[in-house]
Amino acid sequence: MTNRSVPLSTPAADAVAAATGEPLIVLTGVNKHFGDLHVLRDIDLTVAKGEVVVVLGPSGSGKSTLCRAINRLETYESGSITIDGMPLPEEGAALARLRADVGMVFQAFNLFAHKTILQNVTLGPIKVRGRSKAQAEKRAIELLTRVGVEQQAHKYPAQLSGGQQQRVAIARSLAMEPKAMLFDEPTSALDPEMINEVLDVMGQLAQEGMTMIVVTHEMGFARRAADRVIFMSDGQVLEQAPPEEFFNHPTTERAKDFLGKILTH
Amino acid sequence: MNALFSQFDLWSAFWMTIKLTVIGAIGSLILGTLVAVLRLSPVRMLRAAGTAYVTVFRNTPLTLIVFACSLVLWQTLGITLANDHSRDFFTVNNFRLALVALIVYHASFVCEALRSGVNTIPLGQAEAARSIGLTFTQSLREVVLPQAFRGAVTPLGNTLIALTKNTTVVMTIGVAELAYQLARINEFRSDLLNLAFAVMAMLFVILTVPVGIFLNTFSKRLAVKR
Ligand SMILES: Nc1ncnc2c1ncn2[C@@H]1O[C@H](COP(=O)(O)OP(=O)(O)OP(=O)(O)O)[C@@H](O)[C@H]1O
Ligand SMILES: [Mg+2]
Repeated sequence: MTNRSVPLSTPAADAVAAATGEPLIVLTGVNKHFGDLHVLRDIDLTVAKGEVVVVLGPSGSGKSTLCRAINRLETYESGSITIDGMPLPEEGAALARLRADVGMVFQAFNLFAHKTILQNVTLGPIKVRGRSKAQAEKRAIELLTRVGVEQQAHKYPAQLSGGQQQRVAIARSLAMEPKAMLFDEPTSALDPEMINEVLDVMGQLAQEGMTMIVVTHEMGFARRAADRVIFMSDGQVLEQAPPEEFFNHPTTERAKDFLGKILTH
Repeated sequence: MNALFSQFDLWSAFWMTIKLTVIGAIGSLILGTLVAVLRLSPVRMLRAAGTAYVTVFRNTPLTLIVFACSLVLWQTLGITLANDHSRDFFTVNNFRLALVALIVYHASFVCEALRSGVNTIPLGQAEAARSIGLTFTQSLREVVLPQAFRGAVTPLGNTLIALTKNTTVVMTIGVAELAYQLARINEFRSDLLNLAFAVMAMLFVILTVPVGIFLNTFSKRLAVKR
């Protein structure tokens, strides 16, 4: 379905194909409350260029909040988050620009319902990056072809299957030529037979060297694609390790408990 | 019937009603959208200003607003909306004051209709817009408002119909629209009154029924499929 011989991401991103060790996303001492609930507790996390980090953890442990804080969809009270050395501005146009450097893929796809697939993918490049319509459409068609939905370019999101919509959502993010991509349970809303078509696209991106933070319950994907697994519980990062090490030798009781529940069914 | 139309200038009264409706609709759509943007803004002061606007103008009787425009704006504060020296100063000035009143009043309903439209939009739409780097105004213009208008077709249409009928209120400051003529007929030719009522009703039906038919046929088609 997806064409594996052609790269999904831009040449610039290919240049950093292997994890270089150079930090791209850096969180230091990040704290966040929802009222009395301490959702992020002193989070320190560094993601290197080209690294693929899978975030695991029980429901309510703060995985979504972590992603959303990195993209500043959520504010935080203390600590700092930098992208490629630049701190995220508070609000306004500067934040909007920086936010475009980090793609976000949502569980619910969130394609713009009143726009065609093609318009969904070209909106950001035209409005934010100042591309011409022709340029943006050419690139959009390329991306849609890579994720295998170019036939649907002139349809509306509601006319597509969930798996197709999510692949369009990935193409929409890629069209911004982001430095990194965040995925918040991208396959959780999908029928089982559509999960793999989305995971395939993500796996391909990972291979091409995209920096990725992926919240998922797909352990197969974590084993195959992740450089590192992070285990969160109650707003803290409890463990981080390469996938094989984490799955075979979890150190904390919480992680053992979590893996026991997930892997037995 | 002939006496009715020859003695009273019903056609220009009808034309006046149409002008009040059309200009009033366009004006209140624009102003109402601006107020809705205030109410959606992330800035607290702007939100408060929008809320205050709606609270004041939605809860004040239109008659009062029309009088206020005439008495306060013009006769007390001396604000004129037409050239003082022109011969038709009173006609033009009253017409414009009437429009101000109609627009200011109905904008509050447009704003609330739009907000109900915004409530039909999942939060994820605005988040996706922000996440691809659109600014607040860009995401309003490109993502939120277009969907809000489609989701608000029915309440917006209802506001338009109400506006059409509410134009009759401005006869109180001497704008010669249909209700103004009806009052004159009552005064000078009360024998024609029954006929006049029927004709007036017909003319309003001609204006409002097509809007209703449009709403019934298109509100589903315009709605955003999710
Ligand atoms: N907007 C909000 N207001 C108040 N509480 C919130 C809000 N969003 C999340 N929470 C709470 O914060 C905690 C962490 O939420 P978060 O969505 O980050 O968890 P998660 O790890 O992504 O869980 P899941 O696996 O269910 O998606 C939860 O207890 C949740 O109820
Ligand atoms: Mg979550």
